[in-house]
Amino acid sequence: MSWGRAMDRWMPVLRALLSVIAGFAAGLAVTWVAGESPWNVFMILIRSAFGSWYDLGMTLFYTTPLLLTGLSVAICFQAGLFNIGAEGQLTLGALAAAVTGVVLAGLPWPLAPVAAAAAAFGTGAFWGWIAGWLRARRGSHEVITTIMLNFVAAGLSSYVALYLFPNPDSQNPETRPVAKSFLIQHLSVFGDAPVSTALILAVAMCVAYGFLMRRTVLGFELRSVGQSERAARVAGIDPGKIQILAMVLAGGLAGLVGVGEVLGNAEKFKLGFSPQYGFVGIAVALLGRGNPVGVAAAALLFGALHKGTGDLDFETENVTRDLSMILQALVILSVSADGLWDWVKRRV
Amino acid sequence: MPRTETSASGAEAPAVELVGLSKTFGSVRANDAVSFRVERGSIHGVIGENGAGKSTAMKMLYGIYTPDAGKILVEGKVRRWRSPQDAIAAGIGMVHQHFMLAGPHSALDNILLGAETSRRAWSWLPPPLRPIDRSAARAKLQALAERYSLPVDWDTPVERLPVGIQQRIEILKLLYRDARILILDEPTAVLTPQETQDLFANLRRLRGEGKTVLIITHKLKEVMAVTDRVTVFRGGKVTGGVETEATSPQELADLMVGRAVHLQVKVPPQPEPGQAALRLRDLKLTGREGGVERLKGVSLEVRSGEVVGIAGVEGNGQSELLESILRPAELLSGRVEVLGQDVTDLPTAEIKAMGVGWVPEDRHRDGLLLNRPVRENFLLGLQSSAAFSRSGLVQWGEVDAAVKRALEEYDVRPRDPDVNAGGLSGGNQQKLIIAREFERKPRLLVAAQPTRGVDVGAIEFIHDRILKARTEGAGVLLVSSELDEVLALSDRILVLYEGRIVAEFTRAQADEKRIGAAMGGSA
Repeated sequence: MSWGRAMDRWMPVLRALLSVIAGFAAGLAVTWVAGESPWNVFMILIRSAFGSWYDLGMTLFYTTPLLLTGLSVAICFQAGLFNIGAEGQLTLGALAAAVTGVVLAGLPWPLAPVAAAAAAFGTGAFWGWIAGWLRARRGSHEVITTIMLNFVAAGLSSYVALYLFPNPDSQNPETRPVAKSFLIQHLSVFGDAPVSTALILAVAMCVAYGFLMRRTVLGFELRSVGQSERAARVAGIDPGKIQILAMVLAGGLAGLVGVGEVLGNAEKFKLGFSPQYGFVGIAVALLGRGNPVGVAAAALLFGALHKGTGDLDFETENVTRDLSMILQALVILSVSADGLWDWVKRRV
Repeated sequence: MPRTETSASGAEAPAVELVGLSKTFGSVRANDAVSFRVERGSIHGVIGENGAGKSTAMKMLYGIYTPDAGKILVEGKVRRWRSPQDAIAAGIGMVHQHFMLAGPHSALDNILLGAETSRRAWSWLPPPLRPIDRSAARAKLQALAERYSLPVDWDTPVERLPVGIQQRIEILKLLYRDARILILDEPTAVLTPQETQDLFANLRRLRGEGKTVLIITHKLKEVMAVTDRVTVFRGGKVTGGVETEATSPQELADLMVGRAVHLQVKVPPQPEPGQAALRLRDLKLTGREGGVERLKGVSLEVRSGEVVGIAGVEGNGQSELLESILRPAELLSGRVEVLGQDVTDLPTAEIKAMGVGWVPEDRHRDGLLLNRPVRENFLLGLQSSAAFSRSGLVQWGEVDAAVKRALEEYDVRPRDPDVNAGGLSGGNQQKLIIAREFERKPRLLVAAQPTRGVDVGAIEFIHDRILKARTEGAGVLLVSSELDEVLALSDRILVLYEGRIVAEFTRAQADEKRIGAAMGGSA
């Protein structure tokens, strides 16, 4: 019996690892077809993601937003919702951080980044609230509304960035830089890598998420609604309220991506800064299976993959950036192909 | 272990013979060397508690599962099915507990579905494109219906027909496909007493025409009424095979449970009824999509220390009645009072916090988080109570202690708070819900279908608990489609028919025939 119990506990981990390995195998097979040694490609990946303090720093820089969007999607999964809107929420969160840094330029240092972070969280949360409210009170499916809100967020952010706060000193589509008092510290061990205290914030959010889900009444209610809306309702929980709250928290978490990006890296809002962090967050949440440690590990994996594949372009002859996208896509695909595992199990 | 017999040939061979059938799911032996035979032209009962393996055996016979070991003989020939299609071709048919009918289609089309015929003139077309020849099918069906006295309105959408007729259509579906062996899974679960009598008459007529009928059921009374022989399952094994004439409900119950069971509920004397625990005044409610009124002015009162039973065929407003107590805000009109306080405008959580225990009619859908451990299911609904939470944090230590005690007290097996609720048997799931709802020390207990799909041993326990709540002064509203259950437990019985209370009986007046008539709408 204890063997079975251990199996139950570790099976999800095993499955997650297997799907990562399968994705890697398929991806490396593609590089082999392209005429590279898969082993060589793999070693380049490892080296360029973890090979030096700088490389590790870059990996963690990409990990930071993925951890936040992963948590954003995960908290919605817990409540039985599918948040495809993290991309829009993080865009507006970053925009809000930048606008705060421009408009309230006079704020002194410790207060300034806190205010910008609050604005990022609040704006993302508001964007999540719209989808949550529509779902809970009007019955509009959140998958549809969050996808549509992504487009609205993209349009809205270009308008605000280009027409209200354009950067006069640049040809690039971006806002004016934020005041110096808003900038947050880089972690100096990692050399020039732009990894900042935002990483600590993201890890803190991950811990908070774990605490929320394991220890609090709210986390219990959230999970209950996700497991069975009807049973939760009969038990006296208002599923609508919980769903709205989950979307608000999810939006806020995604919005916090703006802290690392604007206050820790670009120092302004750049249109299109996110290489689909919001969507990769879905894969992070799926792979992490709602477990805070799992989500953190998955975020690190995808962060490493993002950093690693970026270098394949110039470290190999045949693997271009596009192929590296394929490699990432295959890992994501194999992670998402959860049902396949059940199918295999049924056959055996 | 019965000796395995190979086929006696020809006409004497039994309709069905199962020899040493075994089937394992994961670590569960669902069937362990199951052997029994069903004579031709007989009605054969297959009984057992939930999870005893009777459905597994029937599903192997019908080709849904493949046996791990053992043989299936049909009319003397060893058979191996790859799918139910093979079983159907060999003359076996099954009526599932939940009918497999397409509601908006007519009876005729439902029966034809999957067995469409067309005129020879169209045979050059690929089969999916051939026009259906309904008139030939209608003629064949008409002949069948007359032969077996199963009249059906062929052209009305089946969703508008009564359940009894829908079941008749399911049976005709099998006969249309030339089934000689009919398996019926819990056929009386949704029927009124009168419809049940009609069904039994039809089954006897089928038997008279040489058909073989297998009935899977857990209602001993019906087994006694209609079958010729009975096979009893327990723990994946056949524990008995008896002639119906030579047995008694008590013997069958003991064989099913493996120990002596009290079939008769011992009802303690009723305490002096006190204040109204629940008062409903003129409740009106439309269906979810609006339109037809599902409750047409229901008023009733449940006093402390009394059990009020709602009898009625399912779908006559029971679900809506329950819904309106839990969420009175959605009522069209009417007032709900709980323990003397008007709760019509209160949210569910506050109503339940007043001391309302709730056993939902569909425990899978409304009562449990099937993929979460027993511990969390126990906490569901109690998560904000002072006993288990402090400043927004769940006190898991205290929850665990309470779960441990409750599993013991309510005999939930396994006694393991880490097991997922979905992994418990129906009876244990229900005991878990009862344990949870009693944790509130309810002053009003609403129990809907409290023993549905629950095995005999657990039924006894649940009935005892309900009566105990009454003894301790709770008002109990019991809603059940099992008339026997309502009769056994209720101090007063109200009959719900098409959204109205059409009759009321005290325990002394209660009479199965008259209540049955009221359930059918002729009060």
